[in-house]
Amino acid sequence: MKEVIDNSIYFGVALSMLAYIAGISLKKKFKLGILNPLLVSIVLVILFLIIFDIDYESYDQSGKYISYFLTPTTICLAIPLYQQLDLLKKNFKAITIGIITGVLTSLVSILVLSMIFKLSHELYVTLLPKSITTAIGIAVSEELGGIKTITVAVIVLTEITGNVIGEGVCRLFKIKNPISVGLAFGTSSHAIGTTKALELGEAQGAVSSLSIAVSGLLTVVLAPIFANFF
Amino acid sequence: MKYIGQLFIIFGITFLGEILHEFIPLPIPASIYGLLLMLICLQTKIIKLKQVKDVGGFLLDIMPIMFLPAAVGLIVIWKDVAHMVVPLIIITILTTVFVMAATGKITDFILKKDGGQDI
Repeated sequence: MKEVIDNSIYFGVALSMLAYIAGISLKKKFKLGILNPLLVSIVLVILFLIIFDIDYESYDQSGKYISYFLTPTTICLAIPLYQQLDLLKKNFKAITIGIITGVLTSLVSILVLSMIFKLSHELYVTLLPKSITTAIGIAVSEELGGIKTITVAVIVLTEITGNVIGEGVCRLFKIKNPISVGLAFGTSSHAIGTTKALELGEAQGAVSSLSIAVSGLLTVVLAPIFANFF
Repeated sequence: MKYIGQLFIIFGITFLGEILHEFIPLPIPASIYGLLLMLICLQTKIIKLKQVKDVGGFLLDIMPIMFLPAAVGLIVIWKDVAHMVVPLIIITILTTVFVMAATGKITDFILKKDGGQDI
């Protein structure tokens, strides 16, 4: 049996799907922000591999066929972006300045905190793309010489953090306008934050998903510059 | 046939993105070139929305599981980062709060200054 699993290129795909389905069911049942389906499925797959003593390499043999679709799927983010282009145009100035603020705040605070915690350059560039969508974040981290797996981990952690604390932060800082709320979620915690923004309202969700692509692009341009600072 | 055509457009643009990534000496991933190409093609109606909508929607729907393999890869590098976990978590939470507050406040300010547009 172990040998079949070690040689299979389908086992990892099936396991990933099952873990994600379990994550969604748990979320539906308990309705807790921390029970994020992606986070839960990561934990479940890791537990499964450890309990049944399966190498990551055997899992990744089929896992890489899932990752294969990341690039074409990121390109498909252009579809919702295109559908929301009118909203973007109408509030062009506020949205542009808001997203630039978010991206710069993210990069500067990572720079300052990396200095405070005396992180290595490798870890610093690993963290730089943490506030953008995973697909783009992985690519940026790779280009800058970061550690891809840690980038994914901090991106997911960032997304869940935003999802869980977002409403509280907006209340604390009295951020009320739907566009501002959507941008706050989108620039800080992109995809999973956007699901929360969508719960708050259609406008919030639309602006939030818009900022996923735009802040991703801005970070692609700015992160290599910031990489030289530390 | 509908799906073959849509798959062709999406993977064709992906390949064009790879070509651009190869020949333009910038640290911009193929996915970003592709995203821009797709957006331009949709905006100029070279590609109609219905020519990519079904397969594109399907891919976007299953997107979360595409991040699983890379994230599970954490178990391989765990030993190297175990001692960094606390600063990593602190940095993650602090930056998330900073970014949310700064983005929201600045956007609010500009929207108000410009006359509080409603949507």
